[in-house]
Amino acid sequence: MIHLTLVMALRQIRRNTLRSFLTMLGIVIGVGAVIALVTIGEGATAKVTADIGKLGDNLLIVQPGGFRRSSGFQSANAFTKEDVDAIRRDVPGAEKTAPTAGKQALAVWGNRNWRTSVTGTTAEYLEIRTYTVAEGRTFTEAESSAGQPVCVLGATVRKELFGSDRALGESIRVDKLSCEVIGVLTAKGQSGMGQDQDDVVLVPLRAAQRRLAGNNDVSGIYVTVASGRSTTRVKTQIEELLRERRNIAAGAEDDFNVRDMAEIAQTVSSATGALTALLGAIAAVSLLVGGIGIMNIMLVNVTERTREIGIRLAIGAMAREVLLQFLVEAVVLSTIGGVIGIGAGLLGSWAATRALNVPFVVVPNILVVAFVFSAVIGVLFGYLPARKAARLNPIEALRHE
Amino acid sequence: MSAAPGPVVEFAQVFKIYGAGDTEVRALDGVDMRIDAGEFVAIMGSSGSGKSTAMNIIGCLDAPTRGEYRFRGVDVGALDQDQRALLRRHYVGFVFQGYNLLARTTALENVELPLVYRRVPTRERHEQAMAALVAVGLADRAGHTPAELSGGQQQRVAIARALVSSPSLLLADEPTGNLDSARKHEIVELLVRLNRQLGITIAMVTHEPDMGQYVSRVVMFKDGRIVDQGLPADVSFAGPISNRPLSQRGGA
Repeated sequence: MIHLTLVMALRQIRRNTLRSFLTMLGIVIGVGAVIALVTIGEGATAKVTADIGKLGDNLLIVQPGGFRRSSGFQSANAFTKEDVDAIRRDVPGAEKTAPTAGKQALAVWGNRNWRTSVTGTTAEYLEIRTYTVAEGRTFTEAESSAGQPVCVLGATVRKELFGSDRALGESIRVDKLSCEVIGVLTAKGQSGMGQDQDDVVLVPLRAAQRRLAGNNDVSGIYVTVASGRSTTRVKTQIEELLRERRNIAAGAEDDFNVRDMAEIAQTVSSATGALTALLGAIAAVSLLVGGIGIMNIMLVNVTERTREIGIRLAIGAMAREVLLQFLVEAVVLSTIGGVIGIGAGLLGSWAATRALNVPFVVVPNILVVAFVFSAVIGVLFGYLPARKAARLNPIEALRHE
Repeated sequence: MSAAPGPVVEFAQVFKIYGAGDTEVRALDGVDMRIDAGEFVAIMGSSGSGKSTAMNIIGCLDAPTRGEYRFRGVDVGALDQDQRALLRRHYVGFVFQGYNLLARTTALENVELPLVYRRVPTRERHEQAMAALVAVGLADRAGHTPAELSGGQQQRVAIARALVSSPSLLLADEPTGNLDSARKHEIVELLVRLNRQLGITIAMVTHEPDMGQYVSRVVMFKDGRIVDQGLPADVSFAGPISNRPLSQRGGA
């Protein structure tokens, strides 16, 4: 009986191909959007994770401020140059160590200007961040320690300030700091988190401290862990060292934090999780609308086919058989819509991931969920029309014009 | 009680009353009636005479307000809707004035429909439906949809659908109402043949006196009551039935 009902439902749907398709459209769009967004999101996450991985799983970033799950970051004293030297000297696993001190500032050359991120650091920072120099050179040891007014431009800054003009040897002004351009970095493009990694000006740490910040603070320390050393162990060593240097009593919480890339990747994926929840809400709304569309058409269907229902009832169909017939029709409609939506979503996201240059990652779970969900929509929104059909009085239904 | 010959239909003081108080309408006003197995009965009367109500009750589509209706010995008034549906499924075949075939569905599939509800397996279903189409002379039209058939052919498909499940009772409600006179006679002759050759009990509702000539018995309704019954020759068809001076009252 159920397979005959299914056959009847399919035939009914085929009879009104255009109408059936339009009815499904809500579900198709809802499911398609969910599938596309989840697939694209998954691809983007994969790309971010891969990018973070490229930065190196041996990278540690030390920042002031404790990290509490409940209250987030709390402000705290910055580090000093001596802290950096201490890490270099006392943590055997630390391979490269670079201090950073930076701010957003306006870079000016001639009549052009560009707001960018200025970072005071040392030449090691370029190695840690895998920047390479396209033109000119990076800071020398002497320039770094003396805080000479020299700078290395990211590709974006170079383009915005100089266009096709020659940048090397020119003097630009960044806030109160005038500096000579000694190098230009090779373009790296966007980071996984969407930042333009080429929108930077690098200056010697001392220069940034004196001329831009007006203090001796180091706001961040980048450390790479020597190969063969445990990242966790080096992290612990840095934490112990800094606790001692910052006189933190035993039992008190850190007023700084050392994060490795695994943690950052986790942060990113939790952000993605929030995004997914939002998408889920949007999807729920569009599926609701799709479901209402199905209910609407099924109600029209029941009215149009009142006579047919009358015939079936007269011939001996029981109310529940008529109910089942219309319910199956609604479910078949919505699941076909779901399947088309899954196909369209995959196709769309495949094209989008190609265009965005992120990997195409299909999440099998979401396909199953989308399918089941569209069937459930059919049951929920098909029930009312089906019940209406089942409750028809055969005598009146037969008389219906 | 299913043993033939015996009463298929027994009405004992059946009332069907709509509304209440001043607006009360007695569609059936105490009807006693009996149809035996093998009979071909014409239920006649003008519109509003109660013949359609009687037909709905006979076909187990409706239940009497008062009184007892026994179908094959079963008290239909005591049954719920689903039980009545099952009675119809297994023992009643319907033929309607408007054919009432499923549109865009082939003749064969239309005839198969009652068997679908009877859960007859596919192959037997095809065979039985084909046999019914042969019986009404439409074997060569099995694959046609109602739109591709003439009115007379559609009604013959409807008859095939009604007899495919070998019903205890075939109910025909104005089966010739939509047809020209040549087709009318064809259809009634087909019903007569089914009655004589297959022994199918038939109750036909009609308001056309000349259709009454074919049957074994005529039951004449007026104002919810049976006013006359007997052999076609003994029942007066002369003139419009509503002019018969038995009752001047309006009513249902």
